[in-house]
Amino acid sequence: MDTDHLIRTLAADQDWRERPAAAWLTVGLICAGALSSMIFMMTLRVRPDFMTALHNPFFDLKFVVTLSLAIPAIIVGLRLARPAAPLGWRGWLLLLPVVVLAGGIAADLSMPQRLGMGERLVGSNSRVCLVAIPSLSLPLLAATLAGLRHGAPTRPALAGAAAGLLSAGLAATLYASHCPDDSPLFVATWYTIATALVTAVGALLGPRVLRF
Amino acid sequence: MRSADAGDDLAYHQLLKAVTPVLRAATRRGLARAGQPPDQAEDIVQEILLAVHLKRHTWDNSAPFAPWLFAIARNKLIDALRRRGRRVFVNIDDFAEILPGEPVEDTVPPAEVASHLERLPPRQRDVLQSIAVESASIRETASKLSMSEGAVRVALHRGLASLAARLRGT
Repeated sequence: MDTDHLIRTLAADQDWRERPAAAWLTVGLICAGALSSMIFMMTLRVRPDFMTALHNPFFDLKFVVTLSLAIPAIIVGLRLARPAAPLGWRGWLLLLPVVVLAGGIAADLSMPQRLGMGERLVGSNSRVCLVAIPSLSLPLLAATLAGLRHGAPTRPALAGAAAGLLSAGLAATLYASHCPDDSPLFVATWYTIATALVTAVGALLGPRVLRF
Repeated sequence: MRSADAGDDLAYHQLLKAVTPVLRAATRRGLARAGQPPDQAEDIVQEILLAVHLKRHTWDNSAPFAPWLFAIARNKLIDALRRRGRRVFVNIDDFAEILPGEPVEDTVPPAEVASHLERLPPRQRDVLQSIAVESASIRETASKLSMSEGAVRVALHRGLASLAARLRGT
C-alpha cells in the first residue's frame, strides 16, 4: 500500500472520535477501586475503633498523606500520556506527600509519647502493610495502565512509575483505615517501602504495555 | 489540525499530505544518523502516520502542533530502529561486504503495512482494501460489501488500530 492510499484511508476514519485517556482512567479507577475495596472488606476490614480513631489527628494524617500522593500522581500520569507536553509545575506536586509527612514527623517528635521512637517506627504489623498495599494496588495498577494506553506516553517507564504511585496511593488510603499504627514514623517507613515496590513494578511494566 | 479536529475531513486529508514529506525527510535523517540505510524510510513514515492518526486526540489543541507531531515521529523512529537493530542490522552489514559498489535502490516500496493487511480478519481487510486501494468511499464500500455504513466505520477503525498493533509487534 503506498503512502497516499494510507493517507486516504486515515482521512476516511477521521469521524471516529477516541475518548481521552482521562475518561478511560476515571472509569477504570472506579471499577478497580470497587474491586480493591471489596477485597479489603473481605480480608482486612476497617479497624474496630475506626470512629474513635477519627479523633486522632495522626490517624487522619495518614489519609492526607496517601491522597496527597494519589491525586498528584493522577495529574502527572495523565500529563505523561500526552506527547510533547512538559510536566512543568506538576512534577513538584509529587513532593506534597513528602512535605505533609515531614510535618507529621516533626509534630510526632515534638509531642510526649506513650511508646518509644523505635516501637513507633517498627509498629505492630509492618508485614501486613507490606503485603496489603501492593496486593490492593494490583487491580488499580492494571486499570491505570489500561487507561494510560489510550493516551500516547512517549516516556513509558516514567508513565508506568506514575501509575504505580497512583495505585499505591489509593491502595494505601484503603489500608490506612485498617492499619493500627498511626505514627507518621511508621507511615514514612513502611508505606514508603510498599509504595516504592508498586512504583518499581509500574516502571518495569510501562515500557512493555504502554508502547503505542 | 484545528479545523481537522472540528470535523473538516478535507483539512485533515491535506494536513496528512502536507506533513508526509517533512516526516519522510526527518526519518531519512534519523536513519542516516543511526548508520542505517534509508531504504526502509517509507515503512517508518507509514507507521508514524498511523500513530499520528490513532493518537491525534492526545494533542492539546491549544498547544503548537509541530512539537507534538515530532514527539510522535521520534518515538516511532526509535521504536523502528530498535526493532530493526535486533533483526536486520547484521544482514545489511553482510550485504555491504558481498556487494561492494552495487547501486542500492534509494527507497524500497513500503511493504510492511501491505503484508500485515493480508493477515487481518477478512472483514477488516476487505474494508481497508476497498477504501485504500480502490479508493471507494465509506458509502460505496458499505453497499459493495453489503454492510451498514456504521459497520464499515467500525471495521475500518479496528483494522487501522490492529495494523498499528501488528506493526509494533504486539
